[in-house]
Parts: sequence; C-alpha cells; structure tokens
Amino acid sequence: MSSDSSYYVPESSKLPIFMAFGLLLFVLGAGSTINDLGKESSNSYILLMTSFAVIWGVMFVWFSSVINENNKGMYSDQLNQSFVWGMAWFIFSEVMFFFAFFLALGYVRMFSVPWLGGEGEKAITNILWPAFEATWPVMVTPDNENFPGAEHNMNIPGITKLHTWLPFWNTLCLVTSSGTIALAEAALKKGKRAAFKSWMVVTISLGFIFVFLQGLEYYEAYAHMGLTLGAGIYGTTFFLLTGFHGFHVCLGAIILTIMTIRGFGGAFSEHDHFGLAAGSWYWHFVDVVWILLVLVVYVF
Amino acid sequence: MSAVIEGHQDDHHHGPAKGITRWLYTTNHKDIGSLYLWFSFIMLFIGGAMAMVIRAELFEPGSQIVSPEFYNQMVTNHGLIMVFGVIMPAFVGLANWLIPMQIGAPDMALPRLNNLSFWILPAAFGVLLATFFMEGGAPNFGWTFYAPLSTEYAPPTVTYFIFAVHIMGASSIMGSINVITTILNMRAPGMTLMKMPLFVWSWLITAYLLIAVMPVLAGAVTMMLMDIHFGTSFFKAGGGGDPVLFQHIFWFFGHPEVYIMILPAFGIVSHIIETFSRKPIFGYDSMVYAIASIALLSFVVWAHHMFTVGMPIAGELFFMYSTMLIAIPTGVKVFNWLSTMFKGSLTFETPMLFAIAFVALFTIGGLSGLMLAIAPADFQYHDTYFVVAHFHYVLVPGALFSIIAAVYYWLPKWTGYMYDEFMGKTHFWLSFVSVNLTFFPMHFVGLAGMPRRIPDYAMQFADYNMIVSVGAFLFGLSQLLFLYVVLKAIFYGKKATGQVWEGAQGLEWTLDSPPAYHTFETPPNLEAGEAKG
Ligand code: HEM
Ligand SMILES: [Cu+2]
Repeated sequence: MSSDSSYYVPESSKLPIFMAFGLLLFVLGAGSTINDLGKESSNSYILLMTSFAVIWGVMFVWFSSVINENNKGMYSDQLNQSFVWGMAWFIFSEVMFFFAFFLALGYVRMFSVPWLGGEGEKAITNILWPAFEATWPVMVTPDNENFPGAEHNMNIPGITKLHTWLPFWNTLCLVTSSGTIALAEAALKKGKRAAFKSWMVVTISLGFIFVFLQGLEYYEAYAHMGLTLGAGIYGTTFFLLTGFHGFHVCLGAIILTIMTIRGFGGAFSEHDHFGLAAGSWYWHFVDVVWILLVLVVYVF
Repeated sequence: MSAVIEGHQDDHHHGPAKGITRWLYTTNHKDIGSLYLWFSFIMLFIGGAMAMVIRAELFEPGSQIVSPEFYNQMVTNHGLIMVFGVIMPAFVGLANWLIPMQIGAPDMALPRLNNLSFWILPAAFGVLLATFFMEGGAPNFGWTFYAPLSTEYAPPTVTYFIFAVHIMGASSIMGSINVITTILNMRAPGMTLMKMPLFVWSWLITAYLLIAVMPVLAGAVTMMLMDIHFGTSFFKAGGGGDPVLFQHIFWFFGHPEVYIMILPAFGIVSHIIETFSRKPIFGYDSMVYAIASIALLSFVVWAHHMFTVGMPIAGELFFMYSTMLIAIPTGVKVFNWLSTMFKGSLTFETPMLFAIAFVALFTIGGLSGLMLAIAPADFQYHDTYFVVAHFHYVLVPGALFSIIAAVYYWLPKWTGYMYDEFMGKTHFWLSFVSVNLTFFPMHFVGLAGMPRRIPDYAMQFADYNMIVSVGAFLFGLSQLLFLYVVLKAIFYGKKATGQVWEGAQGLEWTLDSPPAYHTFETPPNLEAGEAKG
C-alpha cells in the first residue's frame, strides 16, 4: 500500500464514534457541572469525569493504533505529508483562538477603558461613572463596589528588581526550552540517541518548572495581591490570557513527556519521527505566544 | 473511457460494512458526504418548522399563538439551526462527495477525523434541541447572542449552548483541516492549482476562512462562560469591560462566516452554468482571484453590523468603504456567469433553473447589502425587516438554492438514478415564486420601520405580513416536494449514464454512476490529457 502509484485507502474504524460519544458526555457533563456550581449536592461531576475517561481512553487507543500502523509501514509518504499539513493548520487554529483574547485586551486598553474615563468624541459611557479615571492596569474599576479592583498588579517592577519578578524566570525557562527541544531534534536526526534523550528530559523539566512558577504566581495573586478573576477587567484579561497559555503549556508538556517516554522505549528513527516533530512545533508555538503575552500583559 | 475498475465487489477488503455500523464506523468520503447531506436535510425541516411558527405568529398583528418568550426561542434556534445545522453541513457534505472525485483522489486525506467531524454534529444539535425541555427554556438571545442578553439575562441553558457551540466549532475546524489537506496534498498528478475545478477552489478558501474564524467564535463563547459563571468582566462595563466588545468579537467571526456560507455556492453555480451553457466558464482566473479577494476583504468589514452602536466616525467611514469594496469582486463573479451564458447553447434543466435564479436573486441580496453598507442610511435600516430581507435573499435563494441545485446536478452521479425532471421543475417554480413572495415584501415593511425579532407589529404592516406568511407556508410545503423528488429518484429513478449531462466537464463525470465505493485507487493521469472527461 505504500507503493508510489497507489493511494492509501483506510479501513472503517470504531474510534471516532466513541470519541464523538465522549464529547457528547463532555457537553452534558460540563454544562450540568457548571450550572450546578454552588449547589449543595450535585452528582453532575461524575458525568464530566466519565467523559474525560472516555476521551482520554479513546485518544490513547487512537494514537497507539496510528503509531502501530506507521511501524508496520502502512503509511505512504503522501499520508505523512497529510499529517504535516494537518498539524500546521491545527496550530494556525490555535493561533486564532489566542488572537480573540489578544483582540479583547487590545480593545479594552485602546478604546473602551479610555472611553469610560471620558476620552474621545463618542465617550458617552463616561456619564455612567463620572468619577472613574482611566489607567492601565485598571486598579480601581468604574463600579468598584461590585468589582473591587486588585491591590497590586503584575507589571514589570524595574530592571534592578528583575530577579524578584516571576515572569522573568518563566520567560527564561520557556525560551531556553524552545532551544533545548531543537537540540533534541537535531541530536535525533544525527542518530545521537543519548543526547536526544537528555535534551528531552531538560525540555520537559523546564516546561514543568514553568507550570509550577505560573501556579506560584496565581497563588501570590490570590493570596497577597487581591488580584482575582473578579477584580475587574485587569484581572479578567490577566488570568484568561496567562491561563489559556498555561493550559497550552501543560498540554505541550504532556505531549513532550509522552514523546520522551516513547523515546526511551526506542521509538523514533532518524528520518521518521513525526510525533516528536509535531510536539516540537507545538512547543515553539507556545513559546511565541508567551513572548507576545509578556510584552502586552506584563511589560507595556 | 472510465477510470472505474469493473467488478470491484471482489475487492471485499474495502467494501462498506453492513447495517447501521456502516454509517457509524465509516471512513469513506461518499458515506460521510451522504451523512452530512441527510443531517442537513433533517435540520432544514426542523429549522423550517420553527420558521413556520414564527410566520404563523406574525400572520396577523397582536399576540396570536405563542408567548413572546417562546417566540424569542423560535427566532434564536431557527437562526442557529439554519446557519450551523443546515447551510454549513450541507456544504461540507458536498465537499466530501465532490472534492476527492474532482481532484482524482481516493478519499479525504484524514478519513477517521472526517468521521469524527460529522458525528459530533448530531451530538451538538441534540444538546441544543434538548434545551427546549430544560429549566428556563432554550436560548432566546438571537443567533448573534449579544451580551448582556446572552450573559446576565440569559436562561441557565446558555451553558449547554456554549459547549454545543464549541463542539460545532470543533467539527468545522476538523472538517476544514481535512479539506485543506486533501486539496493541497492529494491532487492527481498534473492537476495544478490553476487547473482545479472552481468548487474545489471555493472550498479551499472557505476552509481557510473557517480555520481562521471558528476559533475566534470559541473565544467569544469562552468569555461568555467566564463572565456568567466565574466573575470576570469582559462584557461588564462596571468592571471596566464593554458589552460592545462582544459585538466586535462576534462579527469578526460573523462576517467571514457569511462568506463561508456563500463561497462554496459560487463554486457550485459556476459548474452548473458552464455545463448547461455548454461553454467553459468565462474568466476562470478572475473567478479564482475574486473568491480570494472576497475572502481577504471579509476580515476587515465586520463593524458594518455595528454602525449604530456608537463608533468613532473614522470607524464608520472605514467600515463603510471597505464593505462597498466587496461589491467589486462580487460583481466580477456575476458578470462572469452572465458572460458564460452569453451565446451559449442553453438548456434549462432543474439545476440550471436554480443556478440562474441564484444569480438573479443573490444579486438582489448583494444590492440591498450595498444599501445597508451606507453608514448613515443604515441608521434607518438597522434591526428592521429590511436587514431580514437582505440576508434571506443571500441565504435562501443564494446559499440554499445553490445546495438544491447541486443536489439535482450531482444526484444522478451519486445514486446512479435520474430524478423526475417534471417534478424537479415544479419544485423549482413553486420555490421561486414563494421565496420572492416571502422575502420581497420584507423590504417594504423594513423600510417603513418594522423592527425585527418582535412578535407583534403595528396595524400598518398587516397586509404585507400576511402575504409574507402565505409565501412562507408555500415555500415550506414546496420543500416537502423536494424530499419526495429525491426519494423517488433513489427508489424508482431511471438509470443514469456516467456522463449524465451532455455538457458536463470534469473528473467526476468520467466515473460510473454511481461511482465505485472507492474511486481513483490509483491516480488518474491528467498530463496525458486522457482523463479530461
Ligand atoms: C455585496 C455583499 C454584501 C454586503 C455589502 C453586505 C452588507 C451587510 C450589512 C451592512 C449588514 C448589516 C445590516 C444591519 O444590521 O444594519 C448585513 C447583514 C447581514 N448580512 Fe450581508 N452583505 C453582503 C453579502 C452577504 C452575504 C453573501 C451573506 C450570506 C450569505 C450575508 C449575510 C448577512 C447576514 C446573515 C446579516 C444579518 C446578521 C444579523 O444581524 O443577524 N450578507 N450585510
Ligand atoms: Cu457582514
């Protein structure tokens, strides 16, 4: 089937319908769990947990069978090229998801917050809370009673105190890890498996350090800075942008961990290591988003 | 000349499975295409039934048959179902059936993903419809779900709505990744980009639009979820956010979305017009460039839906001019279709009738769009029935007619049986008359100031509304005739030839009708020029 003149034609498969079922459970489970938040007794979370079990289970089987089929040599060059395109466009869709949140941040910073503060010719919104002064970060919200603003923000503290600023260490971790995964890939391509494995371990360690530091930062925000999801638009944009990014780092770190485990198990050859390559593109993507994020969320 | 291997049933290795599992487990683009098309057809009747409720309520002024709350749920779900459950899945179904056959590929590039993209759709719409029976009723905030209607004042079922939209988006994104990958990677040797059939081109660009904007919609509903349940203030001015932000994000998705619902139609109509004019399409290259420029422009016009929201004057001007610019590539397409027909040897089979009606009536919708694009005039038209008339002209005799035309045109190829031409033409004339009866008078009541999304209206609009309702009932009934024609063709139709239509060009017509379960297991060679059809 892998000869050049004929195409790869797939068999029918039970995997997708099970996945669809898992996603149906997820919609019902997530919807009911969230709607029941704050209710005394609710069992909805069982449905949600079941859906996760189904989804992760099917994913495991699905990826294993793709790997097996590939190892059996069932895949043509053309199919492998399809995987490359598929992954590239998937990352593009992720870029556009982040774009929505960056758009929201840009809009409130450039337009709606200044308008609330009375700037601009169309700024009738200012009559709602005439006392509101537009600053960024918004520390005192227009309706500060219902949306108490944060006491402190996360902005860069000045160059001498850089080492006390968590995002600095986070940036260091993530940028370095983007380099180390490139080194891992390069080592693999040259057939240096020992170097490949150690660079992978370094990469995922840096990834998990990032996640840990991010968690620490959230703890600080909630415990000592009054910076919460409910702290008005600054808290909103801060947590949603860094939160979704952090979620993607977790995902990327899990992917890379699996790739490392497979690597230790002897998977990947010098020429055939698409799973690893895809994970590495994803990691670079997460890195680029972080750099943009540091600039617009923390620095400027 | 035929690329089909006779007696492919020996190839049991790849034959379809038996019974229901064939449809549940299938990875075959033809099966999945059929699933999408039947799903869309069923949703058309569900969404259509809701439209009938709306028109029954509006048959006469005053409160007639449903409560205002239920009326809102009808309007909302009618819109959501027609957009996400009818037009989009139908186009994906056509893409599944046609793209592999038109580019000489055996199947879609990622067949298992393809199955998944389909089967999560019934799940999403099942949940959406189930909200009717839940506490607080179904979503009632319009298909555009503006905050704070959809956040602070929403029924609790909005949470299910949010996750259902996520699933619909995932389906579209996966489907589009599949389409793009198929087109970029699976074309037969010799099929260069600028030799691709126009339907394939239109879908390549549509898929790009989908991957670009569906994630933005996902972002919008995620922000809603956070605002409703987790205390954030994206759309709350009290916390420093802005409800208008919702509209910007929604329409950044929404305007490209309306082109997602029309670009594949452009491809379909191009094929049908060239076949029944017995001339190749006039200005193929300009058709491709027109589609591409419409798609690019569609990213920078979104705020023409928000002229009355209180934008700075520079914004009003920018979005007014950029919107008008879209009329240029659209005009190129319309004139190319006319030039293709000019001096052709025309015949008027059912698909051609629907295609010609498409050109005429879609243009009416485009022209009313131009009127709406004039910012100062839009202050009068906005949120009136004039807008309803506009988008129904582009969506019903536009997108929906193109889908119906495509079904008539390719049905003999898919099933191997001809439909009943007389019944097809009857269906066309009934639809054509009733669609205009339904939507044309809406222009008048809209210009006179009748607001949209309101279950009651002033006496002065009574006459036109009665005409509209009669037209709507007639249109609804005519679509039952469509179902009858399709079923009759499948069960009692005359055998169709492989070529089907005398003037049809393209790889799919070189295959048998119906084509083998797997076509093009070896790539056809286009360089040799033999597979031209
Ligand atoms: C020349 C091309 C077009 C122009 C200039 C145009 C312009 C506009 C404008 C300015 C509006 C906003 C009206 C208002 O709310 O006050 C509008 C609404 C709308 N248009 Fe178009 N349009 C065009 C083509 C299309 C196409 C091709 C479609 C879909 C296939 C479409 C679907 C819609 C829909 C669904 C709405 C209403 C959305 C809502 O508020 O619910 N339009 N159009
Ligand atoms: Cu628009």
